[in-house]
Amino acid sequence: MIILGTSLVTFLPRVLPLLILNRLQLPDWGIRWLNYVPIAVMAALVGQELFLEDGSLAPFPANLEVIAAIPTFLMAILSRSLLGTVLVGIVSIMVLRMFV
Amino acid sequence: MVQELEQFDVTKDRIQVREESFLQGVKDCVPTLLGYLSIGFAAGVVEKTSGLSLMEITLMSVLLYAGSAQFIVAGMIAAHGSAASIVFTIFFVNLRHLLLSAALSPYFRHLTPLKNVLVGSLLTDETFGVAINQTAKTKRISERWMHGLNVTAYLNWIAANIAGAFFGQWITDPEKFGLDFALPAMFIGLLVLLMASRRKLAVDLVVALSAVVLVVGVSLVFSGSAGVIVATLLAATIGMVVEKWK
Repeated sequence: MIILGTSLVTFLPRVLPLLILNRLQLPDWGIRWLNYVPIAVMAALVGQELFLEDGSLAPFPANLEVIAAIPTFLMAILSRSLLGTVLVGIVSIMVLRMFV
Repeated sequence: MVQELEQFDVTKDRIQVREESFLQGVKDCVPTLLGYLSIGFAAGVVEKTSGLSLMEITLMSVLLYAGSAQFIVAGMIAAHGSAASIVFTIFFVNLRHLLLSAALSPYFRHLTPLKNVLVGSLLTDETFGVAINQTAKTKRISERWMHGLNVTAYLNWIAANIAGAFFGQWITDPEKFGLDFALPAMFIGLLVLLMASRRKLAVDLVVALSAVVLVVGVSLVFSGSAGVIVATLLAATIGMVVEKWK
């Protein structure tokens, strides 16, 4: 029941814009706006993951995620490798949690 | 001479129009597999420890197929949340797919409704990130390539969940191994790759920083699940305005 309900409310927003916007001709500003959605949504997800904890601000000096994000960002910028970035991220947080 | 030039243009067009294959989509999915695997594994462990059966975990990764949402469902079930409150929360958490789906829609205009449903039903943050990076390279997305990407990510996710559920009996603390950080690390990688592939670094940085500030601000004032959606709507608007004003 819970599984079916959550699946349905997840399926609809995934599919409806692809179905409906295809029938409409988007105005020029609409296309330009959509062009920034990917950057905005990814950055918002990063911000949420790094700075928030159960809906409140994660306490800064104890927030190891933000510290682990630094080598992770560097790896992404220098290597442009998704796999490498994820590996560096996992190892960074694991080491930080072991020693801090 | 003129004729030669025209011929050259025609062949150049033909090269660009060449469809990326299903197999290429599978290959382009590979860099995300480890990230998915560790998140799916962690999700499986958490779902198992919240009391879901192997059957329910499999069903959830097949039908719901959403990383953060599955963690939340497991957490709310463990906390004995009502079915209605769980469904409502997941609706809000996953509402951001509206924006992802809308951003992809210009590339799949030519497809039939049924094919668009197929593309959309397996859309995730990660496959979206890979697909949008693809558009920065080739200006278009081939349908077969998209299916290759989607199906690979999907099967990998289901396998990872089942593996997590299986090993969950022995692992009590997935955080100890840093598995939970695979998700933010993946988002960081996708964000950096995306920004590197577009030639709009200045405006993109403004949009990204606004989105981070907004998501924190909005989440502190309202509930956490509204944060990502409101931050995305506003930050994309800021990008549009700054681009015009520059």
